Amino acid sequence: MIQHWLKAAVLEVQEYVRLQGATMRAIVRGPYYWHDIIEQFDQIGLGSLTVVVLTGFFTGAVLALQSGFTLDQFGARPFVGRLVSASMIKELGPVLTGLMLAGRVGSGIAAELGSMVVTDQINALRALGTDPVRKLVVPRVMAGFLMAPVLTVVADTVGIIGGWLITTFQLRVSSGVYWTSVTEALYIEDVWMGLIKPFFLGYVIVTVGCYIGLRAKGGTQGVGRATTNAVVTASVAVIAVDFILTRVLFTLMY
Amino acid sequence: MDTLTQSPVQAAAAQGVEAPVLVLDKVSLAFDDKVVLREVSFTLLPGHTKIILGASGSGKSVMLKLIVGLLKPDGGSIYVNGERTDTMSERELMKVRADLGMVFQEGALFDSLTVAENVGYKLYEESDMSEDQVRQRVEEVLGFIGLHDFTDRMPSELSGGQRRRVAIARAMAFKPRILLYDEATTGLDPITATTVDEEIIKLRDIENVSSVLVTHQLRDAFYTATHEAVRDTGGIRVQAASDEKSDEAEFLMLRDGLICFEGNAAELRASKDPYLKTFLS
Ligand SMILES: Nc1ncnc2c1ncn2[C@@H]1O[C@H](COP(=O)(O)OP(=O)(O)O)[C@@H](O)[C@H]1O
Ligand SMILES: [Mg+2]
Repeated sequence: MIQHWLKAAVLEVQEYVRLQGATMRAIVRGPYYWHDIIEQFDQIGLGSLTVVVLTGFFTGAVLALQSGFTLDQFGARPFVGRLVSASMIKELGPVLTGLMLAGRVGSGIAAELGSMVVTDQINALRALGTDPVRKLVVPRVMAGFLMAPVLTVVADTVGIIGGWLITTFQLRVSSGVYWTSVTEALYIEDVWMGLIKPFFLGYVIVTVGCYIGLRAKGGTQGVGRATTNAVVTASVAVIAVDFILTRVLFTLMY
Repeated sequence: MDTLTQSPVQAAAAQGVEAPVLVLDKVSLAFDDKVVLREVSFTLLPGHTKIILGASGSGKSVMLKLIVGLLKPDGGSIYVNGERTDTMSERELMKVRADLGMVFQEGALFDSLTVAENVGYKLYEESDMSEDQVRQRVEEVLGFIGLHDFTDRMPSELSGGQRRRVAIARAMAFKPRILLYDEATTGLDPITATTVDEEIIKLRDIENVSSVLVTHQLRDAFYTATHEAVRDTGGIRVQAASDEKSDEAEFLMLRDGLICFEGNAAELRASKDPYLKTFLS
């Protein structure tokens, strides 16, 4: 029983790695479908902006509220900015953006590719001389890899602004104190960590979505299953990869 | 070794017959332990029609997918235009597919693209034709299939019959010399079905396309076998075919992974086999 399960898991990972191999080869050696690449940057990047802005804003705001009251116990209310910026930039910005992308982009890709599989559209592409990896996977991987960091920076920025609003209007700390505190806590290592992580998270979310979508079978029901699977797998992967990266980056940089 | 792999094509050449465009030689395929095809063989000559009949689930779609190389056989060999394709890599297959048009069972139109973009897909994306040339060819093909007013519609805005015709237009746009139709008329009303049948006949007789027709609608099978398209002053006309022409259409019935009948329309009608009789009635 366990043996059977292990074997299936190993096979699955093997296939996932194989798809990434094919994707890498296609990225290195053209031809490229530029039209699709631009469309995916628009869909994945611009399309996720609203979600990311809202998540970032409220996360920053709630961080300021919570830490404000905690810090009061030590009479350290003016240090709110420090907490907000450090947590947003190092952890919450990348991870929450990753989770939002897993929900929006991971599921979207799995649903779209899954329905193309079960309606034979992928076969039709191949029959018409197109490599589905080049046409469908490469543009999504490029967009996910490059747009996740951009979106994370947006989330970080909006989060710090959200924190500022709460700090000045609710906690009654002056703007000047908040912004000094925000920048004081910014070590260059933290900024790097916050910028490196989302490249990996974006890549994982998109490749998981593509892999699960392309393996969909069993009609519309199968597409539904694939979509759910993609969201769950991508979300768990975001948290797990974030942990591993944090561990590795700590060793490398600090 | 070499003589062995090329035998079916060479054999045909040796007999002085035209070289076949398509050969299946003892092709077998199973999914897990479910055998779909057992050593199925047939040959298609240029400009001829092969009509594949069979109950649903008998492996008709699988057979077409094998021909295009979308699936690989477990055993046997497949030749397209004299080249062995079952051992080819996906990259090599792309060249072979330039001569193969496939109409998928449910159309398989790209639902994010308009009718014109679907029809011109291969020319836009996989050829170096200019946009103007592509547009011209797309208009020509849509005219042929009687859908010029639908250029900018999305596939979701089309009826079942229109979708099938767009699928045919997409498959023929790049002028392949072999067309494979997977149940192009199933689920259509008799009038629309006849329209589709006539498109198939026209492509075969006017453009000299070799066709493989998968269906379980006997009416359409007999219609395509026994009619021919001719060009006259008023344009293209479809009429009852001569006996000789009818003989160019061969029927092939699949059952339990085997070919249980092979012959022309008259032979099929005259068959005494009880399974065929239930299928025919
Ligand atoms: N990709 C696949 N995986 C597993 N089984 C398949 C696959 N494609 C087809 N089959 C099975 O092969 C058999 C033949 O299918 P098909 O060729 O689609 O039948 P039909 O003659 O109706 O077109 C069916 O039993 C089907 O379940
Ligand atoms: Mg079928």
